[in-house]
Amino acid sequence: MPRLNTDFIQMIKYVIKRLALSVLILLGVSLIIYALIRIQPGLDFVEKKYQAQLQQDSTGQVAELVKQIQATYGLDTNIFAGYLKWLSNILQGNFGDSFQLSVPTGEVTYIEIIGPDGNPILTPKYETTSNVVSIIFAKSGVSFIIALIATVLEFIIAIPLGIVSATKQYGVVDYTVTVLAMMGISLPSFFLGALLLKVFSVELGWFPYSGLTDPNSGLPVIIDQAWHLVLPILVLTMLSVGGLMRYTRTNMLEVMNSDYIRTARAKGLSEHSVIYKHAFRNTLIPLATLFAGILPSLFGGAMITEQVFSIDGIGKAAYTAVVNGDVPFVMAYCMFLSILTVIGTLLSDIMYAIVDPRVKLS
Amino acid sequence: MKFIDKIKEKFFKKDEHSLSVRDERLIARNNRRAMKEFEKKKNRKNVPEEEYLSQMKDENNIVEFEGLKTYFFTDVGTVKAVDGVTFSIPKKSIVGVVGESGCGKSITSLSLMRLVQAPQGQIVDGSIRFAAKDGKVYDIAKMPVSEVYKIRGKEIAMIFQEPMTSLNPVFTIGQQLDEVYELHFNDKDKKKAKEHSLEMLNLVGMAMPENVYKCYPHELSGGMRQRVMIAMALACDPRLVIADEPTTALDVTIQAQILELLKNLKERIDGSIMLITHDLGVIAEMADYVVVMYAGRVIEQGTAEEIFLNPLHPYTVGLQKSKPVVNKKVDKLYNIPGNVPNPVNLPDYCYFRERCDKCVKKCAGKYPETVWVSPTHCVACYRYAERH
Repeated sequence: MPRLNTDFIQMIKYVIKRLALSVLILLGVSLIIYALIRIQPGLDFVEKKYQAQLQQDSTGQVAELVKQIQATYGLDTNIFAGYLKWLSNILQGNFGDSFQLSVPTGEVTYIEIIGPDGNPILTPKYETTSNVVSIIFAKSGVSFIIALIATVLEFIIAIPLGIVSATKQYGVVDYTVTVLAMMGISLPSFFLGALLLKVFSVELGWFPYSGLTDPNSGLPVIIDQAWHLVLPILVLTMLSVGGLMRYTRTNMLEVMNSDYIRTARAKGLSEHSVIYKHAFRNTLIPLATLFAGILPSLFGGAMITEQVFSIDGIGKAAYTAVVNGDVPFVMAYCMFLSILTVIGTLLSDIMYAIVDPRVKLS
Repeated sequence: MKFIDKIKEKFFKKDEHSLSVRDERLIARNNRRAMKEFEKKKNRKNVPEEEYLSQMKDENNIVEFEGLKTYFFTDVGTVKAVDGVTFSIPKKSIVGVVGESGCGKSITSLSLMRLVQAPQGQIVDGSIRFAAKDGKVYDIAKMPVSEVYKIRGKEIAMIFQEPMTSLNPVFTIGQQLDEVYELHFNDKDKKKAKEHSLEMLNLVGMAMPENVYKCYPHELSGGMRQRVMIAMALACDPRLVIADEPTTALDVTIQAQILELLKNLKERIDGSIMLITHDLGVIAEMADYVVVMYAGRVIEQGTAEEIFLNPLHPYTVGLQKSKPVVNKKVDKLYNIPGNVPNPVNLPDYCYFRERCDKCVKKCAGKYPETVWVSPTHCVACYRYAERH
């Protein structure tokens, strides 16, 4: 198979070239994000923290202190110098510590405390870390599970619905599905989330309304957590199904009107194999582009939805970090997403070459 | 003055074609009703065979169209793409169907395959009788969709005009050819299917069929793709092949080869070919019988000799005049003045009247009846009505 071999080498070359290019892209992205977060209007992290004291400060001592703390956080430099410092830290493998977030490391040390009776008591102390990489790893787990289930459901529901509604164009099914999809696209997540909470948690009491676990539920932990995740997953799925379904429907309609589908019919193939063999393979081609968006959305968390359901995932953490001007965490989070996006785009290009024989990577 | 006339004409036309909101609603409602009704009829199950079994008028024919009407229910009104077409395809012959773009040639052939774009396009009336291999005569126009699969592809195969887009881009030539074998010989044996496909590729004169078998359509040239299309039609072992402008998208040297191939194909399947084209040269070369269509109707038909040596309808005459002739020097090539009438709201008089330079008084009347001037030659024109 000499042909396949050369194709494969071409592909490897292409991937290496793209990866080299993506380093440049990431540099540009990081500069823009750093500049954006530093020029954020209002007070910075330290000023906000000492706002009350600063207002009552008549001697200028607090202002002095704030300046010192700003220097330790690296907020006293101008944007470009700050960026260079951040970059040099990154290149040394030091991603920095979040200003405010911390997660338990899992390590426990015991400290002796003198009890009221004068005897020393061993008290456990749970170690925490503020390293941004650790935070991202610790918090993205639950977000990943939510996003994975929602994405799988999205694909399972949207693609067949899109195909059915395209093959029965202008039928009852088509109109129903299209209207529902339109509604799904139009609803904002905070509204749908609040609505579901009102109906299913507050009124009906079927589902818990916040957090991940409830110590009083009496259920095994896994089932309890799953129970807590039903509504957020429902929100994410309902909102994303519409878009994908419409996308599939449009592609399918275009494919169904093409000449080769007429040829397939003229051959005498049954409608079933025309749709699910000849048309479906061609509908997959544009769907391959969607893979670019899937990676970041899988790991990046859902900011608003996690906020609405108070789920302690990476989306909520990122939201708090952005609001509070937590520069190291926002930087790390955005870089994490950028890397995922770059890899996702590359993957989708490779998918293109796999699905469509006309595309050659070179 | 002329300028003002032109403007007037433009505005007048605009009035004629624009629709009020009320009209649009009415059309949409009627369309929905009509489409629903026809779709329901098409998708029936367990229809008794008697309903679509028929008798041929002439045993020597393989297909007889009679009063076929295929309409499209569009937003601007009902387009009568095919409006009462009657002609037949004799066994073991090549019938050429000619006419300019939009005159209903392709829709006639798609009606025969029952591949008209649904739900907008529907066979409204008329019959298409087809003499099948099993000795029965089916009326394809009345068959429910589930029964059409007996005929489509198996007994009637079709070659389309755009070889560039008529092959599925994501499957190899081999896969697309094997499929036909597996379907029609009901044989899932991959090896046999491949053997059969290679034989077909060989038959259509493909160099290195083994290589082509593994290729994707985009790796082949237009002529090669058209050969693949012909191989595909051949693989079905049909009794009738519909070739819908098989040479339009190809260059002249390849055209000749493809036509030669079609002739061989006819010999091999020992059946008939319905050749749709607007190239009179192709018709003269290939066809035994010629059907001339205009605005959804057959205006003249006869043997190739009759049509070429003794064309009767002014439209046929015009078509032939507008064909360039080798070794003849002309300043300007003749063209028939005017355009095909709007297929929505066709008038009830000869559709060619406004473009015709040989009008007689009677032409003001209804659409002319078909007049038989010889057992094989007929024409729909008032100028011949009295003589016969």
